[in-house]
Amino acid sequence: MLVIICPHCGPRNSNEFSYQGEIVPRPSPDTDPATWRRYLYMRENVSGWQTERWFHVSGCRRFLDVERHTVTNEIGVVTQVGRRR
Amino acid sequence: MTRIDSRPGEVIDRSKPIDFEWNGRRYDGFEGDTIVSALTAAGVRVFSRSFKYHRPRGILTASYHDPNLMVQVGEEPNVRAGHRRLEQGMSVSAQNVWPSLALDVKAANRYVGRFLTSGFYYKTFMSPRPLWPWYQKVLGRFAAGGRVAVDHKPARYDHRYAHPDVVVAGGGPAGMAAAISAAEEGASVMLIEEEHELGGHLRWGDGEDLAAAEELRSAVSQRPEIEVMTDAVVVGRYDHNWVAIAQRNAPGVEERLVHARAKSLVVAAGTIERPYVFEGNDLPGVMMSTAVCRLVNLYGVKPGERAVILTANESGDAAVRNLEEAGVDIIAVLDARRGQDLVKAAGRKVLSAVVDSGGKRHEADLLVTAVGWTSPTSLLNMAGDRPQYLPRAARFIPSSLPYDVLATGGLVGDGTTSQLVDHASAVGAEAARRASVVSSQWISAVPAAGPAPAPQTGEVELPALEPADHPEMFRASSHGFVDYSEDVTSKDLFAAAAEGYDSMELAKRYTTANMGPIQGKLEAVNAVAVHGEATGASLLETSTTTWRPPYAPVKLGTLAGRQYEPIRYSVIQPWHEANGAEPLVAGQWIRPDHYGDPVAEVNAVREGVGIIDVSPLGKIDLRGPDVPKLLEFVYVNKWSKLDVGKVRYGVMCNEDGVIFDDGVTGRLGPDHYMMSTTSGGAGGVWNWLDDWLQTGFPEWNVKMTAVTDGYASINVAGPKSRDLVGHLTEIDLDPGSFGYMNVRNGTVAGVPGCFLWRIGFTGELSYEIHVPAAYGLWVWERLLEKGEDLGVKPFGIEAQRIMRLEKGHFIVGQDTDGLTQAFGVGIDWAIKLDKPDFAGKPELSWQSERGHYPRLVAIQPEDPSLVPPESSQIISGDGIKGRITSARMSPTLGRSICLGQVDPDVAGAGSRLEIRLPNGTTAPARVLDHHSHFDPEGTRLRG
Repeated sequence: MLVIICPHCGPRNSNEFSYQGEIVPRPSPDTDPATWRRYLYMRENVSGWQTERWFHVSGCRRFLDVERHTVTNEIGVVTQVGRRR
Repeated sequence: MTRIDSRPGEVIDRSKPIDFEWNGRRYDGFEGDTIVSALTAAGVRVFSRSFKYHRPRGILTASYHDPNLMVQVGEEPNVRAGHRRLEQGMSVSAQNVWPSLALDVKAANRYVGRFLTSGFYYKTFMSPRPLWPWYQKVLGRFAAGGRVAVDHKPARYDHRYAHPDVVVAGGGPAGMAAAISAAEEGASVMLIEEEHELGGHLRWGDGEDLAAAEELRSAVSQRPEIEVMTDAVVVGRYDHNWVAIAQRNAPGVEERLVHARAKSLVVAAGTIERPYVFEGNDLPGVMMSTAVCRLVNLYGVKPGERAVILTANESGDAAVRNLEEAGVDIIAVLDARRGQDLVKAAGRKVLSAVVDSGGKRHEADLLVTAVGWTSPTSLLNMAGDRPQYLPRAARFIPSSLPYDVLATGGLVGDGTTSQLVDHASAVGAEAARRASVVSSQWISAVPAAGPAPAPQTGEVELPALEPADHPEMFRASSHGFVDYSEDVTSKDLFAAAAEGYDSMELAKRYTTANMGPIQGKLEAVNAVAVHGEATGASLLETSTTTWRPPYAPVKLGTLAGRQYEPIRYSVIQPWHEANGAEPLVAGQWIRPDHYGDPVAEVNAVREGVGIIDVSPLGKIDLRGPDVPKLLEFVYVNKWSKLDVGKVRYGVMCNEDGVIFDDGVTGRLGPDHYMMSTTSGGAGGVWNWLDDWLQTGFPEWNVKMTAVTDGYASINVAGPKSRDLVGHLTEIDLDPGSFGYMNVRNGTVAGVPGCFLWRIGFTGELSYEIHVPAAYGLWVWERLLEKGEDLGVKPFGIEAQRIMRLEKGHFIVGQDTDGLTQAFGVGIDWAIKLDKPDFAGKPELSWQSERGHYPRLVAIQPEDPSLVPPESSQIISGDGIKGRITSARMSPTLGRSICLGQVDPDVAGAGSRLEIRLPNGTTAPARVLDHHSHFDPEGTRLRG
């Protein structure tokens, strides 16, 4: 059980959050099937630091960008989507 | 009786005798005794039969982790009798014996032992395969473990969530000192001890040790910041110091799991004494020095009459002293530090003689070994440490710990009590400091929390604590048991190596060494050492045995805890209950399935008027100028031109074009909309909208509130519904002004703030009334009262499901699945591919171009009385063409009706299909030209 420090609610157990995974930019809806399906299904699955999205569904209900090391589970900076700290 | 005179550190109360039963016979003990100490005092030597060979087994460690001391207590199997305290009237019996402990016929396995080598079961019971179930049945009787009562009475288990600054695992001198000093630095501390009281090895030490223990215990008790848990064990350490503690003596519950989020963790687990491998090392009467010290000092029990001691350390020397004090004849002391050793222990059922390395035979009923220590590094391993083997000390020590985990005490090194305490005090202070750093980091990451308190600075310097030199002693010149729980001998490990299992990880799985209930605590190091000896490579230095949680067994009930899954009821539930509603579990909701006769309920609606409680429908209040943009994006159809007072049906798709919810949304005011969702999809839709509003289109001005519980919802359906609703409201219900798919705000039955919309899931003229929740029951009762002359009847989910199927309305998740893209359900009219964008649009464009996809169609079996089970296969010509998704007997049509998903080539009106029935026969059916079995023109709906 990770601790994620929600910028609004403080340190909380990760089961308060819904994991949204890697942040994949949405292509234009006029794109080709290969590009669209990469958006739907393909992930980088990095070994190391990545910025990923968590939804504090049982808390402030804000979508958060969370820096996490995928090997050690170390958590870095957490920010609300679209908002600078 | 082999009780000796009172000992200064004894934990028994000789003034409080306790009666109990062992294998049906009565015994006495004292309060404070363990099951095993009382039985040993009464002269019992054999406590169990071994797993494979059914050899008699006695005390090895006399502690929780003794592989030979698992017993049945009443209905509870696998009780650790070296740990469990005696209780008045306790009924204790040996397990894994038949017919009795004294005469165990399965002990015949012993004589065929040479056939029961490693892999015996794998090799012998491989073929013929059809006999596997039979093998399983027979071998099951030979399996170890206690008897599980299938009608076990329910017990309560609990979970607790705690947020201490520091958790200290282990309540010996180091653990206590660390807890005290952390508390002195201002930290809140949980001090966890596996045994029944704090003190660790000091408890069975000399007068000086007892005084030191008492001093530490008293200092602990004077610190309110320290919460002490005894008879509790840290079973796991997970990410970010999520520490799981099994508390076995929590009040009011069978066992409790404490989830502690520790800002720092101090591991002071001490050391575990390691057994010695030699011939006869499992005979009752062969035990380790700590077992002797416990029995003599804690329980005043004399463990034997004539003793031989093999000692390589102070613990063995202390055992010699304790035995002398207890009046045991010391026959021989073999000092390994002077090169002395033993070769074998002999005896028929219990120990009778010991042969030393000089060939001399000593008659004895007790053999004590003190040959070294194993470091229980489990929690450190779980924290990512890879402990290193130190040959000069013959044990593993920690190598690299994460910032928030510290180790002290015997895990780190050896020393006098005051050296241990000095080290642990420094570690405790440093743990408190690091906790303050973590705390400060947490607070400073929350802007709203204001400035974080400054963490304590200046790392605490730790005094040196070095492991003492110790001879490496794993196996004597003979072969013996390595793993007592699994009956694995050093010979088995040699055989495994000879068979090519040169990796310890493979040899372990092949021989099952380390895989019994003790999980390697006693045997892991010996297993690696013996395997290394057999393969000619010293493996200890490169060994990375991984210890996984749980450190000690946890009851399944403890893991489950109590169930706190919410149950949701409508505000009208009291009426449903009082009026005989049959409950239906629908996700978290409990809803009325029917009130006795769903068919009569259908008829009442079709002929007159009925009311149904649809409060679980998801309701989301949307306000702001950009709501139409949001609706345009999440629904497949168009929303920009929805006038105030109008309602529209919409379908939502994921980005893969698969339908995930549907419902209607109405415009209540210029910038005010109310969205309804399916009952099960309410939460998911809410999250989905939030996702797009926050991450996709943050510039849109939309305010969203989930109001599912804020309104009670009642659907009034049937040709007389207008009359009924008219009895309760001033709202103009004239069809010319309040037509189908319209919504009005107003007062119903005197309740302001309601809204009504005209929709028709049942296919009838109907008004769905949404009432502020507190008045839901009131309005429901007024509808029944005012509708009495109209013959109003309540109806449940089953009647609604029949009617919607008659009308051909699909249910998301019932008639669709995880692959159903929107064109598949026949709503082509609603999917607007000319919109610039909406969720799932690209996939739906490609679905439309592709053309080949399953279609949802209405199906009627030729035999009108046949209702095929839902999910029946549909067959046509050469293969499976689809499946029935919904099927009911229609009371309105007097025949069976279905919806089904079929391949496009058989989806055309009039197509002939075969439905495969569970009995293997098939029934002919045909496809209709539209989804509605009833009133396809919708005249009733729009009336």
